Amino acid sequence: MANATDPDSYTGATPDNAIRDADRAEKTGQMLAADGTPLKTSLARSLRAQKLRALMLIAPLLIFILVTFIAPIADMLFRSVENQIVSETLPRTVQALDSWDGEGAPDEETFRALAADLTIATELKNHTRLGSRLNYETTGISSLFRQTGRDVDEIGEGYMEQFIELDEAWEDPATWMTLMAADSWIENRAQWASDKAEAEAAQDAATTAAEAIALEFTDPEPPFRLNDIASDALPRTASIFRQFARITQTENEDSPAEEEPWAIIYQALYEDLSAGRGDGYEGQAATLIDEARSAVVGFEDQSIKDYFINEIDEDWGSTEVWGTIKAFSSPYTAGYFLASADLQLTAQGIEKQPEDQQIYALLFKRTMFMSLTIMFSCILLGYPIAFLLSNLPMRTSNMLLILVLLPFWTSLLVRTSAWKVLLQQQGVINDILVWIGLVADNDRLQLINNQTGTIIAMTHILLPFMILPLYSVMKTIPPYYVRAAKSLGATNWTAFWRVYFPQSVPGIGAGSILVFILSIGYYITPELVGGTTGTFISNRIAYHISSSLNWGLAAALGSILLALVLVLYYLYDRIVGIDNVSLG
Amino acid sequence: MELPPYATTGQKVWFYTFRVLCGLIFFFLIAPILTIIPLSFNAENFFTFTPGMLAFEADAYSLKHYEDFFTNSQWQTALKNSVQIAPAATLLSVGLGTLAAVGLSQSHVPARRAIMAILISPMIVPLIISAAGMYFFYSRIGLQGTYLGVVLAHAALGIPFVIITVTATLVGFDNSLTRASANLGAGPVRTFFKVQMPLILPGVISGGLFAFITSFDEVVVVLFVGSAGQKTLPWQMFIGLREQISPTILAVATILVIISIALLTTVELLRRRSERLRGLSPT
Repeated sequence: MANATDPDSYTGATPDNAIRDADRAEKTGQMLAADGTPLKTSLARSLRAQKLRALMLIAPLLIFILVTFIAPIADMLFRSVENQIVSETLPRTVQALDSWDGEGAPDEETFRALAADLTIATELKNHTRLGSRLNYETTGISSLFRQTGRDVDEIGEGYMEQFIELDEAWEDPATWMTLMAADSWIENRAQWASDKAEAEAAQDAATTAAEAIALEFTDPEPPFRLNDIASDALPRTASIFRQFARITQTENEDSPAEEEPWAIIYQALYEDLSAGRGDGYEGQAATLIDEARSAVVGFEDQSIKDYFINEIDEDWGSTEVWGTIKAFSSPYTAGYFLASADLQLTAQGIEKQPEDQQIYALLFKRTMFMSLTIMFSCILLGYPIAFLLSNLPMRTSNMLLILVLLPFWTSLLVRTSAWKVLLQQQGVINDILVWIGLVADNDRLQLINNQTGTIIAMTHILLPFMILPLYSVMKTIPPYYVRAAKSLGATNWTAFWRVYFPQSVPGIGAGSILVFILSIGYYITPELVGGTTGTFISNRIAYHISSSLNWGLAAALGSILLALVLVLYYLYDRIVGIDNVSLG
Repeated sequence: MELPPYATTGQKVWFYTFRVLCGLIFFFLIAPILTIIPLSFNAENFFTFTPGMLAFEADAYSLKHYEDFFTNSQWQTALKNSVQIAPAATLLSVGLGTLAAVGLSQSHVPARRAIMAILISPMIVPLIISAAGMYFFYSRIGLQGTYLGVVLAHAALGIPFVIITVTATLVGFDNSLTRASANLGAGPVRTFFKVQMPLILPGVISGGLFAFITSFDEVVVVLFVGSAGQKTLPWQMFIGLREQISPTILAVATILVIISIALLTTVELLRRRSERLRGLSPT
């Protein structure tokens, strides 16, 4: 029992053992921690554990912000340059346009590609989206695409009739299956069909409705697979046929094995065969192809280019339309940023927008001008207040500070609605002015829905953001400098201007940057009291998101504004320090 | 700042002019908010003082705009949505924010400045840009127009306030207290709830109030991220102001002013309590 309490009989981390370890370590020259590991290792381990623990605490929030906030901002930046819609909707056309010289309408090949692309886009109902996208760049394209969407399904009908006249087998979906479908797919489909028949038989045999529902066969047809011969022998036909099969399966929920192919597929077949392609088939298919290949030479030729320009819309012959398609064919574009700078991208390069469409430079200038006006009004009104507050006894200044904090805490919409009510032509301010006799009753001032309204309301809303930093700087200015200046013979004005004012400049800087940053991104107040002349760039962004649906341009304008704000914040951080952001 | 007895006439004139000037600016600050309070009791559907109101006739005043607010189904739906969204967003931002603030205040945090910049960014980025980005991204992932989407967006906007207020309370935190607690055998979780939490609670609550008011008052983001089903009080006010301005808005505004006065008082009391608890100022 005596041994149990004896410190010497314990092994492990006890103070005595630590001392002993330390003694031993002194001989070897290494400092040891209580558990016998070298102190350096032990410290490093504990530091690592501490860092890990801190990171574990921060990680959930960091991930949260990255997903809910940073990802949206990144998405916006991405959208401002993204332009995949053209190359995704018109892949063949974009490729064919590579060889276009930029003068007049492109060649027949390009129109063939366009016909194929547009038929597929029309089936997917994508052509109107593309039309409105390109309409942002050249007006009229939207209606051109809609018009074309209605007529494009007729392309190839002439060839279809001629092929069927040649051999009725061309009308039969089964013929197309032997030419196009992969053997494995035909087998899978047969298996699927027999499963389905079996299930339906079981369902018919079911006694109750619930049982019948439970037995319902819901598996879709296996996705269509193209065979290798077709994609080598008839590349154009095969590529369109594959899309036809996919769309038939997914959009219309039919089977390509039972549907007659689109007319455009006969067009593509004609193109393939008249170019001499089509080798590689065996048996019956080969005979069919050979027969058709020798016949196509005698087919009545139909120019797609003529059809597009003469039958659908003569705009298809215009350089401008094709120039726009080519200029926006790359998956990424600077077009939105150029549009934000009143420039436009054409096939010939970057050009200025027409005079009547140059609005963004004006809007940016107006945003800047109004923000600066608001900033200066805030300095003008905020400086005396901060000066008064910092020179009054604590008790009085705290009371008066409430008058500053109350508006600061009041809902933005409350303050905006107050101004909307006060500034109206039949509102309180005009009523008072009429009552005093400054303004005639029939000549009331227009104070709202213009720049005046925005400037008055926003000065009021942002004034606390000027007063609070100014006040916190002025509070730290020691009063004896001014007293010393006066005792040395300075007048009140000199003492203020030469001694006090320079010390308050950091406060003015902090408040000004804060007010300026807040005001250039303001949306609600200009929207409600700004009318048409008192709006900011942010109102234009909102307009593009919700009314004109030009999201790319909204994203580009937003990115520019964001860059501007970040630069200003960087300055703010350098001058004031972001950690000094106080919340009243 | 008092006028010395030997002041000249010029100094006296300047002194009083300055006072009057300051008075006018204070009037500019506070008058718009105060004017709408009596106007909200207007018996007519006007936005100005009727002759009857100026003569203090009893029947020129009425509660009918308040009655409209409490009976109109649109306003009530909006109120219900606001009351559902704001607390959920506040809980989310306070929970995650406090945890992260505790983590950030530890002595060895790698890349603290970068992390801080990311966490504060929702406050720095103009609301219209946050709203645009969230609209694009949330419609991509199917959160646009959902209750969850609005709550997540508002929580993100409220987080900087929680981080700032809680880290500010933790600056004065005496770390020997947690060591003492560990020495007495408490685990990290127990230490957090029994020692750290009571001391930083005022900061957490005022951060939470900021987060709450941010969400409760927020209109730009909800306009884009929400759909008609998430119409909040500010949204309804925004529509009312833009389309058919009705005096009910003034009644709502008055109620909101009273709420903000209550919140302002709470935050101020909490700040004093926190300073007292941490021994920064004499009681």
